[in-house]
Amino acid sequence: MTPMGEVSVTKDAAGAADPLVVLDNVNKHFGALHVLQDIDMTVAKGEVVVVIGPSGSGKSTLCRTINRLETIDSGRIEIDGKPLPEEGRELAKLRADVGMVFQSFNLFAHKTVLENVTLGQTKVRRKSKAAADERARELLDRVGVGAQADKFPAQLSGGQQQRVAIARALAMEPKVMLFDEPTSALDPEMINEVLEVMQQLAREGMTMVVVTHEMGFAKSAANRVIFMADGKIVEEATPDQFFSNPRSDRAKDFLSKILQH
Amino acid sequence: MNVLLDNLPLFREGFIGTLSLTAASALIALVLGVVIAGCRVSPIPPLRWFGAAWVTLLRNTPLVLLFVVAFFILPKVLFPGMSPYVLAVLALSFYTSSFVCEAVRSGINTVDVGQAEAARSLGMTFTQTLSLIVLPQATRTVIAPMSSIMIALTKNSAIAGAFSNAELFGTQKDLSDMGYNILFVFFWIAVAFLIITFSISGLFRLLERKLGVAR
Repeated sequence: MTPMGEVSVTKDAAGAADPLVVLDNVNKHFGALHVLQDIDMTVAKGEVVVVIGPSGSGKSTLCRTINRLETIDSGRIEIDGKPLPEEGRELAKLRADVGMVFQSFNLFAHKTVLENVTLGQTKVRRKSKAAADERARELLDRVGVGAQADKFPAQLSGGQQQRVAIARALAMEPKVMLFDEPTSALDPEMINEVLEVMQQLAREGMTMVVVTHEMGFAKSAANRVIFMADGKIVEEATPDQFFSNPRSDRAKDFLSKILQH
Repeated sequence: MNVLLDNLPLFREGFIGTLSLTAASALIALVLGVVIAGCRVSPIPPLRWFGAAWVTLLRNTPLVLLFVVAFFILPKVLFPGMSPYVLAVLALSFYTSSFVCEAVRSGINTVDVGQAEAARSLGMTFTQTLSLIVLPQATRTVIAPMSSIMIALTKNSAIAGAFSNAELFGTQKDLSDMGYNILFVFFWIAVAFLIITFSISGLFRLLERKLGVAR
Protein backbone atom coordinates (compact mmCIF):
# COMPACT_ATOMS: atom_id res chain seq x y z
CA MET A 1 0.00 0.00 0.00
CA THR A 2 1.45 3.33 -0.97
CA PRO A 3 0.78 6.35 1.19
CA MET A 4 -1.66 8.74 -0.36
CA GLY A 5 -1.29 12.49 -0.55
CA GLU A 6 -2.87 14.17 2.43
CA VAL A 7 -5.18 16.50 0.58
CA SER A 8 -6.32 14.13 -2.09
CA VAL A 9 -7.46 11.41 0.29
CA THR A 10 -11.10 12.43 0.26
CA LYS A 11 -11.22 12.01 -3.46
CA ASP A 12 -9.71 8.52 -3.59
CA ALA A 13 -11.66 7.28 -0.62
CA ALA A 14 -13.80 4.23 -1.16
CA GLY A 15 -17.06 4.63 -3.02
CA ALA A 16 -17.11 8.43 -3.14
CA ALA A 17 -19.13 7.96 -6.30
CA ASP A 18 -22.30 7.45 -4.26
CA PRO A 19 -22.16 10.11 -1.56
CA LEU A 20 -24.73 10.03 1.24
CA VAL A 21 -23.34 12.64 3.58
CA VAL A 22 -21.42 15.60 2.21
CA LEU A 23 -19.86 18.37 4.25
CA ASP A 24 -18.47 21.18 2.20
CA ASN A 25 -16.27 23.88 3.71
CA VAL A 26 -18.08 23.76 7.06
CA ASN A 27 -17.11 26.27 9.74
CA LYS A 28 -18.35 26.70 13.26
CA HIS A 29 -17.37 28.84 16.22
CA PHE A 30 -18.17 28.54 19.91
CA GLY A 31 -17.57 32.17 20.84
CA ALA A 32 -13.93 32.84 20.04
CA LEU A 33 -13.16 29.15 19.58
CA HIS A 34 -13.08 28.01 15.96
CA VAL A 35 -14.24 24.42 16.57
CA LEU A 36 -14.74 23.39 12.96
CA GLN A 37 -12.40 24.82 10.36
CA ASP A 38 -13.08 24.34 6.67
CA ILE A 39 -14.30 20.79 7.06
CA ASP A 40 -14.74 18.83 3.84
CA MET A 41 -15.97 15.31 4.25
CA THR A 42 -17.88 12.79 2.19
CA VAL A 43 -19.40 9.58 3.39
CA ALA A 44 -20.48 7.14 0.73
CA LYS A 45 -23.42 4.77 0.98
CA GLY A 46 -22.49 1.72 3.01
CA GLU A 47 -19.27 3.24 4.21
CA VAL A 48 -18.12 3.17 7.82
CA VAL A 49 -16.14 6.27 8.72
CA VAL A 50 -14.49 6.48 12.11
CA VAL A 51 -13.55 9.89 13.41
CA ILE A 52 -10.81 9.95 16.02
CA GLY A 53 -8.73 12.63 17.64
CA PRO A 54 -7.85 14.19 20.95
CA SER A 55 -10.51 15.71 23.22
CA GLY A 56 -11.63 19.12 22.10
CA SER A 57 -10.64 18.45 18.51
CA GLY A 58 -14.19 19.07 17.32
CA LYS A 59 -15.08 15.49 16.39
CA SER A 60 -18.25 15.34 18.48
CA THR A 61 -19.33 18.72 17.17
CA LEU A 62 -18.70 17.49 13.65
CA CYS A 63 -20.93 14.48 14.28
CA ARG A 64 -23.69 16.63 15.75
CA THR A 65 -23.71 19.08 12.85
CA ILE A 66 -24.72 16.28 10.48
CA ASN A 67 -28.28 16.20 11.87
CA ARG A 68 -28.15 19.83 12.89
CA LEU A 69 -28.12 19.33 16.64
CA GLU A 70 -25.36 21.90 16.21
CA THR A 71 -25.86 24.66 13.69
CA ILE A 72 -22.99 25.73 11.49
CA ASP A 73 -21.77 29.23 10.73
CA SER A 74 -20.88 28.68 7.11
CA GLY A 75 -20.51 25.93 4.55
CA ARG A 76 -22.90 23.32 3.28
CA ILE A 77 -24.14 19.96 4.52
CA GLU A 78 -26.04 17.59 2.26
CA ILE A 79 -27.67 14.33 3.11
CA ASP A 80 -28.67 12.04 0.27
CA GLY A 81 -28.35 14.93 -2.17
CA LYS A 82 -30.50 17.35 -0.19
CA PRO A 83 -29.13 20.28 1.78
CA LEU A 84 -29.93 20.32 5.51
CA PRO A 85 -33.13 22.33 6.00
CA GLU A 86 -33.58 25.10 8.55
CA GLU A 87 -35.37 24.41 11.84
CA GLY A 88 -38.92 23.11 11.35
CA ARG A 89 -40.86 20.21 9.90
CA GLU A 90 -38.48 19.61 7.01
CA LEU A 91 -35.59 19.25 9.41
CA ALA A 92 -37.59 16.88 11.60
CA LYS A 93 -38.33 14.75 8.54
CA LEU A 94 -34.66 14.61 7.66
CA ARG A 95 -33.60 13.76 11.19
CA ALA A 96 -35.91 10.75 11.10
CA ASP A 97 -33.63 9.38 8.36
CA VAL A 98 -30.47 10.01 10.36
CA GLY A 99 -30.07 7.76 13.39
CA MET A 100 -28.11 9.09 16.30
CA VAL A 101 -26.55 7.32 19.27
CA PHE A 102 -25.30 9.50 22.11
CA GLN A 103 -22.50 9.10 24.60
CA SER A 104 -24.97 9.33 27.50
CA PHE A 105 -27.59 7.04 25.85
CA ASN A 106 -30.41 9.57 26.38
CA LEU A 107 -33.12 6.94 26.57
CA PHE A 108 -36.47 8.48 27.49
CA ALA A 109 -36.41 8.05 31.26
CA HIS A 110 -40.19 7.98 31.72
CA LYS A 111 -40.83 5.35 29.05
CA THR A 112 -40.18 1.62 29.10
CA VAL A 113 -37.52 0.11 26.89
CA LEU A 114 -40.18 -1.06 24.45
CA GLU A 115 -41.86 2.36 24.36
CA ASN A 116 -38.49 3.96 23.74
CA VAL A 117 -38.18 1.92 20.56
CA THR A 118 -41.81 2.30 19.42
CA LEU A 119 -42.32 6.00 20.10
CA GLY A 120 -40.52 7.29 17.01
CA GLN A 121 -42.19 4.68 14.81
CA THR A 122 -45.72 5.60 15.91
CA LYS A 123 -45.35 9.35 16.35
CA VAL A 124 -42.97 10.16 13.50
CA ARG A 125 -43.39 7.28 11.03
CA ARG A 126 -47.11 6.97 11.88
CA LYS A 127 -46.93 3.19 12.04
CA SER A 128 -49.62 1.26 13.86
CA LYS A 129 -48.88 0.30 17.43
CA ALA A 130 -48.92 -3.41 16.61
CA ALA A 131 -46.45 -3.04 13.75
CA ALA A 132 -44.21 -0.80 15.83
CA ASP A 133 -44.27 -3.24 18.75
CA GLU A 134 -43.36 -6.14 16.51
CA ARG A 135 -40.49 -4.28 14.90
CA ALA A 136 -39.27 -3.04 18.29
CA ARG A 137 -39.20 -6.53 19.80
CA GLU A 138 -37.36 -7.84 16.75
CA LEU A 139 -34.73 -5.10 17.08
CA LEU A 140 -34.42 -5.52 20.84
CA ASP A 141 -33.82 -9.25 20.31
CA ARG A 142 -31.25 -8.45 17.68
CA VAL A 143 -29.23 -6.25 20.04
CA GLY A 144 -29.72 -8.80 22.81
CA VAL A 145 -31.99 -6.97 25.23
CA GLY A 146 -35.32 -8.50 24.25
CA ALA A 147 -35.88 -9.74 27.80
CA GLN A 148 -35.71 -6.20 29.19
CA ALA A 149 -38.50 -4.78 27.03
CA ASP A 150 -40.84 -3.88 29.87
CA LYS A 151 -38.26 -2.35 32.20
CA PHE A 152 -37.44 1.31 32.55
CA PRO A 153 -34.04 2.50 31.26
CA ALA A 154 -32.72 3.21 34.76
CA GLN A 155 -33.10 -0.50 35.59
CA LEU A 156 -30.65 -1.48 32.83
CA SER A 157 -26.86 -1.51 32.78
CA GLY A 158 -25.06 1.09 30.68
CA GLY A 159 -24.25 -1.41 27.98
CA GLN A 160 -27.86 -2.56 27.79
CA GLN A 161 -29.08 1.03 27.65
CA GLN A 162 -26.76 1.85 24.81
CA ARG A 163 -27.92 -1.19 22.87
CA VAL A 164 -31.52 -0.08 23.39
CA ALA A 165 -30.50 3.35 22.10
CA ILE A 166 -29.10 1.70 18.98
CA ALA A 167 -32.34 -0.24 18.53
CA ARG A 168 -34.33 2.97 18.98
CA ALA A 169 -32.35 4.65 16.22
CA LEU A 170 -32.58 1.61 13.94
CA ALA A 171 -36.35 1.46 14.37
CA MET A 172 -36.62 4.58 12.22
CA GLU A 173 -34.90 2.72 9.38
CA PRO A 174 -32.29 5.42 8.99
CA LYS A 175 -30.14 5.95 5.91
CA VAL A 176 -27.13 6.69 8.05
CA MET A 177 -26.24 6.21 11.70
CA LEU A 178 -24.23 8.70 13.71
CA PHE A 179 -22.43 7.46 16.82
CA ASP A 180 -21.15 10.15 19.15
CA GLU A 181 -18.65 8.39 21.44
CA PRO A 182 -21.08 5.53 22.07
CA THR A 183 -18.80 3.66 24.48
CA SER A 184 -17.14 6.51 26.35
CA ALA A 185 -19.59 6.43 29.25
CA LEU A 186 -19.49 2.66 29.66
CA ASP A 187 -17.71 0.46 32.15
CA PRO A 188 -14.91 -1.46 30.39
CA GLU A 189 -16.67 -4.83 30.54
CA MET A 190 -19.70 -3.40 28.72
CA ILE A 191 -17.86 -1.79 25.86
CA ASN A 192 -17.57 -4.97 23.84
CA GLU A 193 -21.26 -5.83 23.85
CA VAL A 194 -21.98 -2.44 22.28
CA LEU A 195 -19.09 -2.64 19.83
CA GLU A 196 -20.27 -6.08 18.71
CA VAL A 197 -23.67 -4.68 17.81
CA MET A 198 -21.95 -1.90 15.89
CA GLN A 199 -19.65 -4.39 14.13
CA GLN A 200 -22.68 -6.38 13.07
CA LEU A 201 -24.36 -3.24 11.72
CA ALA A 202 -21.24 -2.37 9.78
CA ARG A 203 -21.12 -5.84 8.27
CA GLU A 204 -24.73 -5.52 7.21
CA GLY A 205 -23.81 -2.49 5.16
CA MET A 206 -25.17 0.35 7.29
CA THR A 207 -23.64 3.72 6.53
CA MET A 208 -22.01 4.86 9.74
CA VAL A 209 -20.14 7.84 11.10
CA VAL A 210 -18.55 6.84 14.38
CA VAL A 211 -16.77 9.20 16.74
CA THR A 212 -14.84 7.00 19.13
CA HIS A 213 -11.72 6.34 21.13
CA GLU A 214 -11.95 2.62 20.41
CA MET A 215 -8.98 2.05 18.13
CA GLY A 216 -9.80 -1.64 17.91
CA PHE A 217 -13.17 -0.84 16.39
CA ALA A 218 -11.56 1.63 14.01
CA LYS A 219 -9.09 -1.01 12.85
CA SER A 220 -11.59 -3.78 12.38
CA ALA A 221 -14.76 -2.06 11.17
CA ALA A 222 -13.82 1.21 9.51
CA ASN A 223 -13.46 1.70 5.79
CA ARG A 224 -11.81 4.98 6.50
CA VAL A 225 -10.36 6.82 9.47
CA ILE A 226 -10.57 10.58 9.82
CA PHE A 227 -8.16 12.10 12.27
CA MET A 228 -9.14 15.48 13.66
CA ALA A 229 -7.18 17.92 15.77
CA ASP A 230 -7.88 21.53 16.72
CA GLY A 231 -10.99 21.75 14.59
CA LYS A 232 -9.37 20.52 11.40
CA ILE A 233 -9.29 17.24 9.55
CA VAL A 234 -5.60 16.50 9.72
CA GLU A 235 -5.49 13.13 8.08
CA GLU A 236 -7.77 10.75 6.24
CA ALA A 237 -6.76 7.21 5.38
CA THR A 238 -7.70 3.57 5.50
CA PRO A 239 -7.27 2.13 9.01
CA ASP A 240 -4.25 0.07 7.91
CA GLN A 241 -2.47 3.10 6.54
CA PHE A 242 -3.41 5.32 9.43
CA PHE A 243 -2.37 3.04 12.25
CA SER A 244 0.75 1.57 10.66
CA ASN A 245 1.99 4.59 8.83
CA PRO A 246 0.48 7.91 9.90
CA ARG A 247 1.76 10.80 7.82
CA SER A 248 1.14 13.88 9.93
CA ASP A 249 3.18 14.61 13.05
CA ARG A 250 -0.03 15.37 14.92
CA ALA A 251 -1.38 11.88 14.23
CA LYS A 252 1.95 10.23 15.04
CA ASP A 253 2.02 12.09 18.33
CA PHE A 254 -1.58 11.11 19.11
CA LEU A 255 -1.06 7.45 18.26
CA SER A 256 2.18 7.23 20.23
CA LYS A 257 0.32 8.48 23.28
CA ILE A 258 -2.60 6.11 23.07
CA LEU A 259 -0.89 2.99 21.77
CA GLN A 260 1.92 3.05 24.32
CA HIS A 261 0.18 1.03 27.00
CA MET B 1 -71.07 30.04 66.22
CA ASN B 2 -74.22 32.05 65.68
CA VAL B 3 -72.64 34.06 62.90
CA LEU B 4 -72.12 30.91 60.90
CA LEU B 5 -75.44 29.20 61.57
CA ASP B 6 -77.57 32.32 61.16
CA ASN B 7 -75.96 33.18 57.85
CA LEU B 8 -75.32 29.77 56.35
CA PRO B 9 -76.72 30.70 52.90
CA LEU B 10 -74.46 33.76 52.77
CA PHE B 11 -71.44 31.69 53.78
CA ARG B 12 -72.33 29.02 51.28
CA GLU B 13 -72.61 31.58 48.51
CA GLY B 14 -69.24 33.03 49.45
CA PHE B 15 -67.60 29.64 49.70
CA ILE B 16 -68.92 28.48 46.36
CA GLY B 17 -67.96 31.84 44.85
CA THR B 18 -64.36 31.52 46.01
CA LEU B 19 -64.21 27.88 44.98
CA SER B 20 -65.57 28.56 41.51
CA LEU B 21 -63.37 31.62 40.90
CA THR B 22 -60.33 29.64 42.00
CA ALA B 23 -61.16 26.52 40.01
CA ALA B 24 -61.95 28.36 36.76
CA SER B 25 -58.90 30.62 37.05
CA ALA B 26 -56.65 27.68 37.97
CA LEU B 27 -57.73 25.72 34.93
CA ILE B 28 -57.20 28.59 32.52
CA ALA B 29 -53.94 29.61 34.21
CA LEU B 30 -52.58 26.06 33.91
CA VAL B 31 -53.36 25.79 30.22
CA LEU B 32 -52.14 29.30 29.44
CA GLY B 33 -49.06 28.89 31.62
CA VAL B 34 -47.98 25.69 29.87
CA VAL B 35 -48.58 27.23 26.44
CA ILE B 36 -46.61 30.37 27.34
CA ALA B 37 -43.81 28.23 28.79
CA GLY B 38 -43.79 26.41 25.44
CA CYS B 39 -43.44 29.79 23.73
CA ARG B 40 -40.55 30.74 25.98
CA VAL B 41 -38.50 27.68 25.04
CA SER B 42 -39.60 27.60 21.39
CA PRO B 43 -37.05 27.77 18.56
CA ILE B 44 -39.03 30.63 16.99
CA PRO B 45 -37.76 34.00 18.30
CA PRO B 46 -41.07 35.96 18.02
CA LEU B 47 -42.79 33.33 20.17
CA ARG B 48 -40.01 33.61 22.73
CA TRP B 49 -40.39 37.40 22.78
CA PHE B 50 -44.14 37.08 23.20
CA GLY B 51 -43.69 34.67 26.11
CA ALA B 52 -41.13 36.89 27.80
CA ALA B 53 -43.34 39.97 27.35
CA TRP B 54 -46.38 38.14 28.73
CA VAL B 55 -44.53 37.05 31.87
CA THR B 56 -42.78 40.36 32.41
CA LEU B 57 -45.97 42.34 32.07
CA LEU B 58 -48.32 40.16 34.10
CA ARG B 59 -45.96 38.99 36.80
CA ASN B 60 -44.76 42.48 37.63
CA THR B 61 -48.13 44.23 37.72
CA PRO B 62 -50.12 44.45 40.97
CA LEU B 63 -53.14 42.19 40.73
CA VAL B 64 -55.46 45.02 41.79
CA LEU B 65 -54.25 47.02 38.84
CA LEU B 66 -55.07 44.10 36.53
CA PHE B 67 -58.55 44.01 38.04
CA VAL B 68 -58.97 47.71 37.37
CA VAL B 69 -57.87 47.21 33.78
CA ALA B 70 -60.18 44.21 33.38
CA PHE B 71 -63.22 45.97 34.85
CA PHE B 72 -62.84 49.53 33.63
CA ILE B 73 -60.69 49.49 30.50
CA LEU B 74 -61.21 46.09 28.85
CA PRO B 75 -65.03 46.47 28.48
CA LYS B 76 -64.59 49.93 26.91
CA VAL B 77 -61.94 48.87 24.42
CA LEU B 78 -62.74 45.29 23.51
CA PHE B 79 -65.71 43.34 24.72
CA PRO B 80 -68.46 45.22 26.49
CA GLY B 81 -70.99 43.38 28.62
CA MET B 82 -68.86 40.64 30.17
CA SER B 83 -70.04 39.58 33.62
CA PRO B 84 -68.00 40.50 36.71
CA TYR B 85 -67.32 36.80 37.16
CA VAL B 86 -65.75 36.41 33.72
CA LEU B 87 -63.71 39.60 34.14
CA ALA B 88 -62.45 38.46 37.52
CA VAL B 89 -61.50 35.03 36.14
CA LEU B 90 -59.66 36.72 33.28
CA ALA B 91 -57.66 38.96 35.61
CA LEU B 92 -56.87 36.12 38.02
CA SER B 93 -55.99 33.54 35.39
CA PHE B 94 -53.80 35.82 33.27
CA TYR B 95 -51.94 36.99 36.35
CA THR B 96 -51.47 33.44 37.65
CA SER B 97 -50.50 32.08 34.23
CA SER B 98 -47.25 34.08 34.37
CA PHE B 99 -46.28 32.31 37.58
CA VAL B 100 -47.36 28.93 36.23
CA CYS B 101 -45.27 29.59 33.13
CA GLU B 102 -42.14 30.28 35.13
CA ALA B 103 -42.68 27.20 37.32
CA VAL B 104 -43.15 25.03 34.22
CA ARG B 105 -40.11 26.59 32.57
CA SER B 106 -37.96 25.85 35.60
CA GLY B 107 -39.30 22.28 35.44
CA ILE B 108 -38.36 22.06 31.76
CA ASN B 109 -34.87 23.22 32.64
CA THR B 110 -34.43 20.35 35.07
CA VAL B 111 -34.93 17.80 32.28
CA ASP B 112 -31.59 16.79 30.79
CA VAL B 113 -31.08 18.38 27.36
CA GLY B 114 -30.12 14.94 26.08
CA GLN B 115 -33.77 13.91 26.36
CA ALA B 116 -34.86 16.63 23.95
CA GLU B 117 -31.89 15.98 21.68
CA ALA B 118 -32.77 12.30 21.48
CA ALA B 119 -36.37 13.17 20.64
CA ARG B 120 -35.31 15.63 17.98
CA SER B 121 -32.83 13.17 16.52
CA LEU B 122 -35.72 10.73 16.02
CA GLY B 123 -37.48 13.36 13.93
CA MET B 124 -40.00 14.58 16.48
CA THR B 125 -41.25 18.10 16.01
CA PHE B 126 -40.82 20.73 18.70
CA THR B 127 -44.38 20.22 19.93
CA GLN B 128 -43.97 16.45 20.08
CA THR B 129 -40.65 16.74 21.90
CA LEU B 130 -42.17 19.08 24.44
CA SER B 131 -45.44 17.25 25.02
CA LEU B 132 -44.25 13.62 24.81
CA ILE B 133 -40.78 13.80 26.30
CA VAL B 134 -39.96 16.98 28.19
CA LEU B 135 -43.18 18.06 29.91
CA PRO B 136 -44.04 14.61 31.34
CA GLN B 137 -40.61 14.52 32.95
CA ALA B 138 -40.86 18.13 34.12
CA THR B 139 -44.20 17.53 35.85
CA ARG B 140 -42.73 15.99 38.98
CA THR B 141 -40.51 18.97 39.72
CA VAL B 142 -43.25 21.43 38.93
CA ILE B 143 -45.79 20.03 41.38
CA ALA B 144 -44.42 21.58 44.57
CA PRO B 145 -44.21 25.18 43.28
CA MET B 146 -47.52 24.70 41.47
CA SER B 147 -49.20 23.90 44.79
CA SER B 148 -47.98 27.22 46.21
CA ILE B 149 -49.16 29.09 43.14
CA MET B 150 -52.64 27.59 43.39
CA ILE B 151 -52.89 28.43 47.09
CA ALA B 152 -51.81 32.00 46.33
CA LEU B 153 -54.48 32.10 43.64
CA THR B 154 -57.14 31.04 46.14
CA LYS B 155 -56.21 33.91 48.41
CA ASN B 156 -55.82 36.35 45.52
CA SER B 157 -59.39 35.58 44.48
CA ALA B 158 -60.48 37.65 47.51
CA ILE B 159 -59.80 40.75 45.45
CA ALA B 160 -62.71 39.75 43.20
CA GLY B 161 -64.97 40.41 46.19
CA ALA B 162 -64.21 44.09 45.88
CA PHE B 163 -65.23 43.92 42.21
CA SER B 164 -68.87 42.87 42.53
CA ASN B 165 -68.26 39.12 42.84
CA ALA B 166 -69.79 36.94 45.51
CA GLU B 167 -66.95 35.21 47.35
CA LEU B 168 -65.75 34.69 50.91
CA PHE B 169 -64.09 38.02 51.45
CA GLY B 170 -67.23 39.77 50.23
CA THR B 171 -69.25 37.66 52.68
CA GLN B 172 -67.02 38.93 55.48
CA LYS B 173 -67.67 42.52 54.46
CA ASP B 174 -71.44 42.00 54.35
CA LEU B 175 -71.49 40.36 57.77
CA SER B 176 -69.33 43.03 59.34
CA ASP B 177 -71.66 45.65 57.92
CA MET B 178 -74.55 43.78 59.52
CA GLY B 179 -72.93 44.38 62.92
CA TYR B 180 -71.56 40.93 63.79
CA ASN B 181 -68.44 40.69 65.90
CA ILE B 182 -65.64 40.94 63.40
CA LEU B 183 -63.48 38.47 65.31
CA PHE B 184 -65.96 35.62 64.80
CA VAL B 185 -66.66 36.60 61.23
CA PHE B 186 -62.95 36.52 60.44
CA PHE B 187 -62.57 33.19 62.20
CA TRP B 188 -65.17 31.45 60.04
CA ILE B 189 -63.94 33.10 56.85
CA ALA B 190 -60.42 31.93 57.68
CA VAL B 191 -61.70 28.38 58.30
CA ALA B 192 -63.44 28.41 54.92
CA PHE B 193 -60.25 29.54 53.17
CA LEU B 194 -58.24 26.90 55.02
CA ILE B 195 -60.62 24.18 53.85
CA ILE B 196 -59.90 25.15 50.25
CA THR B 197 -56.16 25.65 50.61
CA PHE B 198 -55.67 22.45 52.61
CA SER B 199 -57.58 20.55 49.96
CA ILE B 200 -55.30 22.00 47.31
CA SER B 201 -52.09 21.09 49.13
CA GLY B 202 -53.51 17.64 49.89
CA LEU B 203 -54.35 17.10 46.23
CA PHE B 204 -50.88 18.13 45.13
CA ARG B 205 -49.22 15.94 47.76
CA LEU B 206 -51.23 13.03 46.40
CA LEU B 207 -50.12 13.87 42.86
CA GLU B 208 -46.52 14.10 43.97
CA ARG B 209 -46.69 10.65 45.51
CA LYS B 210 -48.44 9.17 42.45
CA LEU B 211 -45.93 10.59 40.01
CA GLY B 212 -43.06 9.59 42.25
CA VAL B 213 -43.83 5.94 41.62
CA ALA B 214 -43.98 5.97 37.86
CA ARG B 215 -40.43 5.71 36.46
